[in-house]
Amino acid sequence: MSTPLNEEKLSYLIEKSSKARHLIIQTVHHAGAGHIGGPMSASDVLVNLYFNEMNVNPENPADEQRDRFVLSKGHSAIGLYAVLALRGYFPIEELQTFDSLNSRLQAHPDMNTLPGLDMSTGSLGQGISAAVGMALGAKLQNKEFRTYCMIGDGESQEGQVWEAADIASKYKLDNLVVILDFNKLQQFGWQGKGASRATPINEPKQRWEAFGWHVIEIDGHNHQEISKALSHAREVTGKPVMIISNTVKGKGVSFMEGDYLWHSRIPTAEELSSASEELEMGVQK
Amino acid sequence: MKSLLSKDQVSMRDVFGETLLKLSLESDKVYAIDGDLANSTKIDAVAKGNPSRFLQMGIAEQNMMSVAAGLAATGLQPWAATFAAFLSKRAIDQIQVQIAQPKLDVKMIGAYSGLLTGVTGKTHQSLEDIAIFRSLANMVVLAPADSTEVGRMMEFAHKYEGPVYMRLARDPYPIIFNEDYHFEFGKAVHLKEGTDITIISTGTQTSRSLAAAEQLEADGISVAVIHMPTIKPLDKEAIVKAAENTGVIVTAEEHSIYGGLGSAVAEVLVEEKPVPMLRVGVKDLNSESAKNDDLLEKYEISSGHIVKRVKEALTKKNSSI
Ligand SMILES: Cc1ncc(C[n+]2csc(CCOP(=O)(O)OP(=O)(O)O)c2C)c(N)n1
Repeated sequence: MSTPLNEEKLSYLIEKSSKARHLIIQTVHHAGAGHIGGPMSASDVLVNLYFNEMNVNPENPADEQRDRFVLSKGHSAIGLYAVLALRGYFPIEELQTFDSLNSRLQAHPDMNTLPGLDMSTGSLGQGISAAVGMALGAKLQNKEFRTYCMIGDGESQEGQVWEAADIASKYKLDNLVVILDFNKLQQFGWQGKGASRATPINEPKQRWEAFGWHVIEIDGHNHQEISKALSHAREVTGKPVMIISNTVKGKGVSFMEGDYLWHSRIPTAEELSSASEELEMGVQK
Repeated sequence: MKSLLSKDQVSMRDVFGETLLKLSLESDKVYAIDGDLANSTKIDAVAKGNPSRFLQMGIAEQNMMSVAAGLAATGLQPWAATFAAFLSKRAIDQIQVQIAQPKLDVKMIGAYSGLLTGVTGKTHQSLEDIAIFRSLANMVVLAPADSTEVGRMMEFAHKYEGPVYMRLARDPYPIIFNEDYHFEFGKAVHLKEGTDITIISTGTQTSRSLAAAEQLEADGISVAVIHMPTIKPLDKEAIVKAAENTGVIVTAEEHSIYGGLGSAVAEVLVEEKPVPMLRVGVKDLNSESAKNDDLLEKYEISSGHIVKRVKEALTKKNSSI
């Protein structure tokens, strides 16, 4: 059974999330490139994984026993880099090199350049299959580590996601947890306002259950719910676990939230400063 | 020498979107097919201007290309656009079996081709698409040099019945062709005469080759520049003639040195008229995310690198006499 996070841990995680979001918008502004909406919707889950759930050691990022993480929606790389920097994998200042020549911080995660990245991604739909391979590799070699993976809802349109879903349940990969960052937007999608805009994927719960997965649905911006789901996942046997994380694209900055155009827009200096203000207010609330 | 490069720069993708909208308004059979990149490829012009002709297929390129094949089999003419990297690598089996082999009337737009893809790095760059598409039987492969040529090529492709691959660039390029330009399918375009050496280029490298030629002329070297908008079928005659006229060739493309225009030209020369030649292209390397100028320099395809290769090639010409 999982015990709720105590007040201290909870505010610690909330503060890290806010810092991560700050770093995301600052870095994208500085680089003049990158994505915003997807990294911001993913921030709380990424923080919870690296500061609460996963067994990792930034001092020894290649430790064979470490838990693995694959960012299948690789365009959200800057979200992961922000969290890795905060966690001590590399100096925060290095974020300033994001997307520039010879940087370890590539537009999409490159496992050969940056220690701490467990898989290279960027072409959507592939990361989850590699995560299935890692979880299967652990089982075949009687290794204890767990594998975590995050996919996008737009990404879930790729057939490969469902090929992976099928194999993971066939091999009963209960050491695999996939988180769906269900922010209800993709890059362009089916245009239309309000309810007439089709979500990237319908009925994810029924779909994943039909593929033989154990499904948990949460508010992906609530650290209590994220922690509870992740510890619950440890108790599931014989099935891989899907956490449907209900999120808001661009979370934390009102003028970015829920607007598909912020998928990869670059904030101006003014937008950066009003966004920073909002993020600070958010923590004090 | 008067510059052949206009100061005006226009994006190929903007003209692509406008032209496809126009075609969709003129022809009953034209449909725009998107893989969730409409606001990048600019096929969103059809979504806005003629929404009933816009079909969103989601982020599922393999399915998208097979659906396009099915649409074509019912008599429609689908124009499917996504990043060249995903079109040429993610969906290539579908394209081979259901579009190229049956010779269906599907137009494939490889947006964001080459190295300069808006700082998105090696997963999104496309340095292999010419090699891949060129190797498929029945496939036409086109690479425009500027936005004017994009429009003309699309009018050709619309009339041509069969699979056509067109590689486009993301960022604006100088205008080379004026409004009177006529695209001739399968024919080389002689942009500049010269007697010492010929540069044969395609796509975005044509404007860099013209810039290189201006610099070389200033150094007293007389350079011919031939633009190859049709990479397949290739204008062999023009290549042989160039070899006869100048005795040495340099090729230039924003693509890998393997399998692209350089390889295609070398194949012709070796069989028909062996002369020294050098290629300008990305070596056997993975690239990265960085600013355009940094990438052009590091991966050795800037106009400065074309100048360098031309001078190197000239030493081969002289020593082979
Ligand atoms: C195979 C492939 N096709 C297209 C893209 C281009 N692309 C990058 S992000 C994106 C939208 C992703 O939507 P979603 O998975 O919902 O991510 P999020 O909204 O969380 O950013 C697209 C189409 C890609 N990276 N890979």
